[in-house]
Amino acid sequence: MSDQAIAIDKRSGQFNGALLERLRRLGIALILPASIIAAWHLTAVSGRVPAYLLPQPLEVLNWLVRLVSTGELQRHLSTSIARAGIGFALGVSAATVLGVLTGYLLGWRRVVDPTIHALRTIPGLAWSPMFILWFGIGESSKYALIALVTFFPVYLNTMAGVAGVDRKLIEVGRVNRLSGLRMMTRILLPASLPSYFVGLRQSMGIAWIVLVAAELMGASSGIGFLLLDGQMTGRPALVMACMIIFALCGKITDIAISTIARHVLAWQDTLHTGE
Amino acid sequence: MFSAKSLVKSFDAFRALGPLSFSFGTEHVLGVVGPSGCGKSTLLRLIAGLEAITWGTMELDGDPVTGARSDIAVVFQEPRLLPWASVRDNVGLGLWHLPRAQRQEAVDAALRRVNLFDFADALPKQLSGGMAQRVGIARALVAKPRLLLLDEPFAALDPLTRVKMQDHLLDIVGDEVPNVLLITHDIEEALVLSDRIIVLDGPPARIVRDIAIDLPKPRHRTGAPFQAHKAEILETLFGAADLAA
Ligand SMILES: Nc1ncnc2c1ncn2[C@@H]1O[C@H](COP(=O)(O)OP(=O)(O)O)[C@@H](O)[C@H]1O
Ligand SMILES: [Mg+2]
Repeated sequence: MSDQAIAIDKRSGQFNGALLERLRRLGIALILPASIIAAWHLTAVSGRVPAYLLPQPLEVLNWLVRLVSTGELQRHLSTSIARAGIGFALGVSAATVLGVLTGYLLGWRRVVDPTIHALRTIPGLAWSPMFILWFGIGESSKYALIALVTFFPVYLNTMAGVAGVDRKLIEVGRVNRLSGLRMMTRILLPASLPSYFVGLRQSMGIAWIVLVAAELMGASSGIGFLLLDGQMTGRPALVMACMIIFALCGKITDIAISTIARHVLAWQDTLHTGE
Repeated sequence: MFSAKSLVKSFDAFRALGPLSFSFGTEHVLGVVGPSGCGKSTLLRLIAGLEAITWGTMELDGDPVTGARSDIAVVFQEPRLLPWASVRDNVGLGLWHLPRAQRQEAVDAALRRVNLFDFADALPKQLSGGMAQRVGIARALVAKPRLLLLDEPFAALDPLTRVKMQDHLLDIVGDEVPNVLLITHDIEEALVLSDRIIVLDGPPARIVRDIAIDLPKPRHRTGAPFQAHKAEILETLFGAADLAA
């Protein structure tokens, strides 16, 4: 009976006032951005800075509305999302498999890991001329570039996660005679999930950064292309609209990953899971 | 019947245990006591198949013990539950070879034994320390082992819970497990639970005393024979002179 009381006591308490607390924190977090936008607006309308250097916030908003209503945003955005998504999927898949293998098999790690670390020292974007040479200027070279840069964070975190699983839990697996695949699925993979999600978040962030670079270097569509177009045609409000779209993309995918992480890792007994 | 012959364990040049020989089987619970660091856990880890034997042999009912086996179960000092798995999945971890229905039945029975059936779907983080350790005990009992190894199973619990668990352990384990090897540095715990106690000293671990405890159970910690045994073990470990001083 006292056991029941203890368990219930642990579960509740986290719920009380959770919503109120979240609203309060949101309010606090919004103070600074709101002030910056207000200051930006006042500076722009004062005329002390010429409009070709600093467009008004409302003009940027105007551009966003126009891009949506003409369907241009949807067209460019879907191209960009496909590039980021396919590249990310390719890079993460390869990184997951290799990361698990190198984390688990010491022999494999000694063969593969030094080479991967050496390759990692080449800045991702430095690959792009070779990728364009090998895969052409089209979509494939962009997938390859994004796959490459998203590979490393997931690989490193997965390997560290698998290699760093608590020996005490592995011993539990051993006395219960779990071997090979069963040890992997029951103990090693679940235990390394927290670290895996750290890698996923880092990779997603990098995917967007490199996407912009790839689209700036040679593309006829995509948000990065639109941004370059804004620069070439002297429309800074369009440039800033594109910047905001990128920020939203990055934030939305990050929230998506951390929301999934929070649910998948609900078993963690930590203070701030997924924050 | 478990027996160890000339058992030795070295970590590189450092000998942690042995040579050590003993056997037990007629007694239900064998207590192993000794000072911290003398090699008690090493002995348990050798029997559990978690460490390779440097020298010697072990047998359980005539079969050589050479690695982890389903009829030898372990309860560690910490509960060591898989934090992502429910209580039910933790308890059923070693029953992967059974069909689902049979596994479920065995898990339910083990959870009832430790009085945690209502928590089958809870996660480890929702349990108190005592409850978590009971899940660990259920996980060890679920396959009906022939030999149950306990490594200071209650040392991490608060004193009240510890005494309660000591009093209930034999009811929980019952007669289904023929042999229990209980490692502890708590002499009273060994005296409450054991039918025989071997006192180790070391490292390297060696047996310095082997005492049959013929007191009826449940035992009263304050009784004169109980206290006499306690004094005997303390004297073995520290010497009569040290105790008098
Ligand atoms: N993996 C290991 N490597 C090296 N030395 C070890 C290892 N495990 C235990 N020892 C040593 O063996 C001795 C006995 O340890 P242990 O069996 O854990 O003692 P106890 O359980 O009695 O406190 C200690 O001196 C300890 O340092
Ligand atoms: Mg120990």
